[in-house]
Amino acid sequence: MTDTTPVLAPPTSMRVTPTFLIGATLVGLHIVVGLLTLVWTPYDPTAMTGGRLAPPSLAHWAGTDRLGRDLFTEIMVGARIALSVGIGAVTIAASIGVTLGLLAAFASRTVDDVLAATLDILIAFPTLLLAMLIVAASDGASLGTAIFAIGIASSSIVARLTRILARRVLAMDYITAARVSGTSWLGIVRIHVLPNIWPTLIVNFALQFGLAVIAEASLSYLGLGAPPPNASWGRLLQEAQATVYTAPFGAIAPGIALVSLVIGLNLFADGLRDVADPTRRRR
Amino acid sequence: MLIAAAVLFLLLRLLPGDPANALVSVGADPEQIEAARRQVGSDLPLAAQFVRYLGQLGSFDLGASFVSGVPVLDEIGRRLTLTLPLTALAFICAILLAVPLGILAAVKRDRWYGNLISVISQLGVAIPVFWIGILLVTAFAVKLRLFPSGGFPTSGWRDPLMALHQLALPILTIALVMSASLIRYVRSATLDVIGSDYLRTARALGAGYGEALIRHGIRNGAVPVISILGIELASTLLGAVVVERVFSLPGLGSMLLGGIEQRDYPSVQGVLFISTLLVLLVGFAADIVQRLIDPRLRGQSGGRS
Repeated sequence: MTDTTPVLAPPTSMRVTPTFLIGATLVGLHIVVGLLTLVWTPYDPTAMTGGRLAPPSLAHWAGTDRLGRDLFTEIMVGARIALSVGIGAVTIAASIGVTLGLLAAFASRTVDDVLAATLDILIAFPTLLLAMLIVAASDGASLGTAIFAIGIASSSIVARLTRILARRVLAMDYITAARVSGTSWLGIVRIHVLPNIWPTLIVNFALQFGLAVIAEASLSYLGLGAPPPNASWGRLLQEAQATVYTAPFGAIAPGIALVSLVIGLNLFADGLRDVADPTRRRR
Repeated sequence: MLIAAAVLFLLLRLLPGDPANALVSVGADPEQIEAARRQVGSDLPLAAQFVRYLGQLGSFDLGASFVSGVPVLDEIGRRLTLTLPLTALAFICAILLAVPLGILAAVKRDRWYGNLISVISQLGVAIPVFWIGILLVTAFAVKLRLFPSGGFPTSGWRDPLMALHQLALPILTIALVMSASLIRYVRSATLDVIGSDYLRTARALGAGYGEALIRHGIRNGAVPVISILGIELASTLLGAVVVERVFSLPGLGSMLLGGIEQRDYPSVQGVLFISTLLVLLVGFAADIVQRLIDPRLRGQSGGRS
């Protein structure tokens, strides 16, 4: 790590890798579709249109579900739900995680040890399991509960990363210099620590976003996510599995939507890493 | 372990609603509710409940299910006969699949199939477990009718072939998910080995490429991979919930999910406690295997965390 603040290069000189482009395109597509559903969908997402469990056709690109609703419409709405869960969960995880991580990095040895040990234990539990317990601990499943649970469950990972990164910066000589010259610790965080660690953090947020989308789908699949009529991809897949013998196609399209968003986010994160940290070239 | 127990306890007590409610029928009078609360122990202050709980854990008394009344430990034991073989078999399959593919992807990284393996494992990491499960059901149970779509014979393992036939798709599902991330670690460990000085020296001493890789590479590359394996195995044990739901298997995961849905604290607590124990054991085992493989680690005293 150098003493200068690594700043994202301006767009003109950005090393745009194909990875980054594909990732950004996939994520962008989902964002456009998600925003579009706010004003327009091919059909009313809750309306019964045409026959039940109809296979894909020109009128219904992905077929219809067991109540005769247009699956393609539901998948489009699902993009909006997945994105809002991702944004919400990452925001929660980021605010709690970065705060805790910074506190641990600045705190006395004892406090830091306790925090680090607690984080290690929390991280040993899979995010999904923690989220399940948190959902169970709240009154009934809802979209908000799912966002909250996933956000809390993934904040420990962000906290640990922030703590490690911040400690590395705090060991630098220029921090000692800043301390000697009387900069308050909030000042040190703002001027020295955050600018140095945020490129790595942003990359991690993009990865957490993808994990949050998967976690939400899994929660919905288990019946612990957003209740109907929220067309979460996880719930669509769970309903499709129930009718897999009569209408196997219903299990394909929501999954493709889900996987394309997560892959897009992962590629996007990979590309961001190349941009944010030129020293780390991918093999 | 103590901290883990405390975290579990607090998390579970956050659940709203008195656990005693599960014992009494709807419309019970206050006296009955009070009696139920005494029976469950939820009338005691929180600290007293915690001390009681620790005492029970110490003596491996996990209590009885609020719903069925069956001792939780017995129920867990019965369900482990499904979850443990399932995880273990999937784990073996994953290793058999991921290690050769990961090495191949590293050695042949300039060829198209080496790259293809990397790309597919990248894809695999982004696919949720349950979708892989559903796709396998669609392909092998619905279209080809080779395997059942789920369930487990009530006769258990008395008919091993039938049990295996039932478990084929769940095992494959877990194995695929595990190997997707494993391949990446095996590949990067192999790349480190390929770039190392000792391999170049071995080659200079006249060993063939394959021979050098097998004699020196596997032992060196295995050390980081094994610690990842430990983590993977642990998260599979804990993550069995989803796979067991996909294939409606009566394992530990479905016990946990059922416990959560019915607010059956002893069951949830018991499952989490036992799986945490198993996870710690797995971590311990991984540590020992690493020391066996790499003599350099033996000098250090235990507990490097």
